[in-house]
Amino acid sequence: MSAGTPPLSTPSKPQAKGLNCPKCGAAITLRTFGQAETVVCGSCHSILDAKDPNLAILQQFDAATRISKPLIPLGTRGKLRGTDYEVIGFQRRHSKIEGITYYWHEYLLFNPYKGFRYLSEYNGHWNDISVCKQLPVVEFAAANYLGEVYKHFQSSDANTDFVLGEFPWQVRVGEHAVVTDFVHPPRVLSSEKMDKEVTWSIGEYMYGREIWEIFKLPGAPPEAIGVYENQPSPVTTNVRDIWIAFAAFVFLLLLLMAGFDMLAKKDPVFDQTYTFNRALAKGEQSFVTDVFELTGRTSDVEIKTSAPVDNHWIYVNYALINQDTEHAWDLGREVSYYHGYDSDGHWSEGKQSDTVVISSVPSGHYFLRIEPEVDPLVPVISYTVEIRRDVPVFGIYGLAFLALLVPALIISWRAYVFERSRWSESDHPPMDFSNLSGNSEDA
Amino acid sequence: MTQPFANCPNCGAKIVFRWSSSVQTVCEYCKSILVRTDVDLKKVGQVADLPPDSSPIQVNTEGMYRNKSFVVVGRILYEYDQGGWNEWHVMMNDGKSAWLSDAQNEYAISFSANAQNLPAASRVQVGQQFTWSNERYTVSVITPAHYRGVEGELPFQYWDKTDVTFVDLRTESGKFATLDYSDPEPVLYLGEFVEFDDLKLKNLRSFEGW
Repeated sequence: MSAGTPPLSTPSKPQAKGLNCPKCGAAITLRTFGQAETVVCGSCHSILDAKDPNLAILQQFDAATRISKPLIPLGTRGKLRGTDYEVIGFQRRHSKIEGITYYWHEYLLFNPYKGFRYLSEYNGHWNDISVCKQLPVVEFAAANYLGEVYKHFQSSDANTDFVLGEFPWQVRVGEHAVVTDFVHPPRVLSSEKMDKEVTWSIGEYMYGREIWEIFKLPGAPPEAIGVYENQPSPVTTNVRDIWIAFAAFVFLLLLLMAGFDMLAKKDPVFDQTYTFNRALAKGEQSFVTDVFELTGRTSDVEIKTSAPVDNHWIYVNYALINQDTEHAWDLGREVSYYHGYDSDGHWSEGKQSDTVVISSVPSGHYFLRIEPEVDPLVPVISYTVEIRRDVPVFGIYGLAFLALLVPALIISWRAYVFERSRWSESDHPPMDFSNLSGNSEDA
Repeated sequence: MTQPFANCPNCGAKIVFRWSSSVQTVCEYCKSILVRTDVDLKKVGQVADLPPDSSPIQVNTEGMYRNKSFVVVGRILYEYDQGGWNEWHVMMNDGKSAWLSDAQNEYAISFSANAQNLPAASRVQVGQQFTWSNERYTVSVITPAHYRGVEGELPFQYWDKTDVTFVDLRTESGKFATLDYSDPEPVLYLGEFVEFDDLKLKNLRSFEGW
């Protein structure tokens, strides 16, 4: 104040006012420095006219049957979004939907400079609510507010059935309003229509533990039950983004596959056709091949066995033997091909060739020991053995693909389940997969 | 700026006009409502004691709006069936007069605007839309109020009113308009809602315990 300014007409330092209830004599504190219109006696629950110096009784309601204790006691202060607020009023409201009564609680907060703000609590879910300064625009089943689209969630009749503390408006038990909620998690846009007046408010989801921290409340907050209309999804990333990333990775994998395929030498080092003739076969059928050379760095070797089998099989035991070190790789491969017709039509199983890859084979001079076994039904059959050095292996890409696909599927599923349980409580319960979304920008 | 001054015709106290275009002021000592004429001050009425109110703003509160500083020089206090609100008369540092309204700590700054063909009060309904300065305004509330008192300097004579109707309008972008039906000809004020912190107010009232 500049020097020489005389005292103002109003007291320079308003104080909270202490009064007594005209009904029961209990002490009543007015905390809003004259902004209260009504105040409710915490003892006998008479609703009193806060503007009347004698606190005329406006309404008495049967509190005994519906007493509700605020989780945050009136008069508690806490710092919310950088400003100290005091809890000054509390009301319980309910709405009946399809025969079921749902109760929620609203706490009125006050700061003499910043004004009023609300907290709402339903089944352990909290919202920090303030009155909208901008006007939302409602279009069909959505509302546009500050450039964001809010989807219509629910319209219901809200009835006040219990009040405590003071309110800057005329509050009565039994009054009702039509409340319409539009959601854009973590925010909820609500319109409250009472008589002719429509009030818009914007709320942001809060967790019980945050409320407990702000108001330094003892114990633990009640656990949140179910999914609330504007509760942020635990799936914080947009599901659509995950699939875009997935597609990008798959594309990269394909590029890598093409690259390694181009880089692999795929050297043919051995190609021989042998004939098995049962008439000539005596005793052990094993034989060894000519020596061939595997060159270059240690890499893999592919052995391909082909035979014109037709409803029978051959089985070949191989040993790939290093002539210098006598190190051997033993393996057995089967080539079988069966086909026919049955009630389901044509069927077939197997094919006329088999490929196997032996990894990490050093360079050197090698030969194969081959021992064929043939279906007893087959008297004579020829089979071809081909060996290629340094072939690309694609199995690893399949694993990588799965490693990317599985988390994307899990995240999508979790997001879907969460959104489904959110919307199952709305006026628009989900019937199909159309609400599959981690956030609501798909509207 | 030289501040014109005179003496209260009722009690002789010094009356200083902080805003050269003020038409009316209230003597801080004897609460006489004084109107400026060409020659002197004329007492036209007396302010009853203002009811205790809870606005954190007071005469001499200073602040900033759009990079211009302002000082509060007067106010009109209104009442309606859900409470009261203050229209604080502020003087911007460029000499313009504006209004800082405080309705249950919801703050808005507005300026008197020139507009033709304003609707009569009886023809305005909630939800109706008007376009001024290329903005579409929607009527949000019609408030039958009554004048409760004045303090400090005002840009017009305002002391003998009783019931007045206000029409508040809002936009999708936070703009704010008021149609003031205090006089036979409606007056339009255009402005916007402002955040308390953005006003960087100084010389505020203090509240016990806060």
